[in-house]
Amino acid sequence: MPVDRPPRPVRDGIGLGLAVGVSGVAFGAAAVSSGLTVWQACALSVLAFTGASQFALASVIASGGSLLAGTAGAILLGSRNTLYGLRLAEVVRPRGLLRLPAALGVIDETTAITLAQPDPASARRAFSATFCCLYVTWNLATLGGALGAGRIGSPQAFGLDVVGPAAFLALIWPRLKNGRTERLVAAAGVALALATTSVLPVGVPVILAATAALAGALAAPAAHGSRRPHVAEASPARTAPAPDSTAPDDANPGEPV
Amino acid sequence: MTATWIAVLATAAGCYALKLAGLTVPQRVLADQRVRRFAELVPVALLAALSAAQTVTNGQAFDLDPARLAGLGAAVVALVLRAPFLVVIIAAAATAAGLRAAGIS
Repeated sequence: MPVDRPPRPVRDGIGLGLAVGVSGVAFGAAAVSSGLTVWQACALSVLAFTGASQFALASVIASGGSLLAGTAGAILLGSRNTLYGLRLAEVVRPRGLLRLPAALGVIDETTAITLAQPDPASARRAFSATFCCLYVTWNLATLGGALGAGRIGSPQAFGLDVVGPAAFLALIWPRLKNGRTERLVAAAGVALALATTSVLPVGVPVILAATAALAGALAAPAAHGSRRPHVAEASPARTAPAPDSTAPDDANPGEPV
Repeated sequence: MTATWIAVLATAAGCYALKLAGLTVPQRVLADQRVRRFAELVPVALLAALSAAQTVTNGQAFDLDPARLAGLGAAVVALVLRAPFLVVIIAAAATAAGLRAAGIS
């Protein structure tokens, strides 16, 4: 236990980076067993650095599918990072050439943790800490997995497969508590993704959930959903505000950026 | 082997370009209130969907793994109790790992 504990955004970022990064072992192992070389597996983690796309390409190669289709599918899965970038550009505000390395770090985990911070300075620190820790861990784990480290024990045995889902839920939790539109959009996104899981290629249902955000933005463009969106009539969510909301929307100091 | 390298490098280039595209969208585009609201809501929709998909699906099939479901349940309990972020993910992972060690999976 260090004497000076790092600030919370950094601590949370490092914790998430380590826990999720270890899953790179699974990617390294899957990549090599699907026919990629150790260096190709590492090149994907170093250069693409977005798990869903990496797994997608490896699985197409494993099934002997077309490389062109595999590449196109993997790139399509990367499109959700474009949508994250729209929001991160405003919050992290990387300038000039700094945008080039920062872009590499625009993924699910960094977005979730960055947007959960209460102010822009914390958000920037959280982004950097999560990106750096996850990047290093993911790449070392990929190399280890490609070299056979997966035989030591599966990430599942340590419960690491639930770290991602738990972290994403934890990081959007405050926004779900404080925003009615947010709750509707999240519920609709989950419903869309699960309803299309069996009919669309792996990964695409989650991208489809973005249409829930589009509907939410068109129905309730006000920042805190103060106007009553008509989609609310179909809402499965609670209509009363969360009982533990501590402050009105416009004055909540802990409101995520 | 060369074809595979081309696929690997094209995937990497495409994924990077998509990331950079979002980050370099001109701020005046985001000045529109609806676009801004969309950008704010996208992470909520995608991360909620991702959390659900990673919990109850495996590939194109539904896969209700009791240990994983219990892990996410533990995360929800921790969140309701206002536990700090790291406690939430440790509770989730420890619950799943514990159940699996006990032979439940």
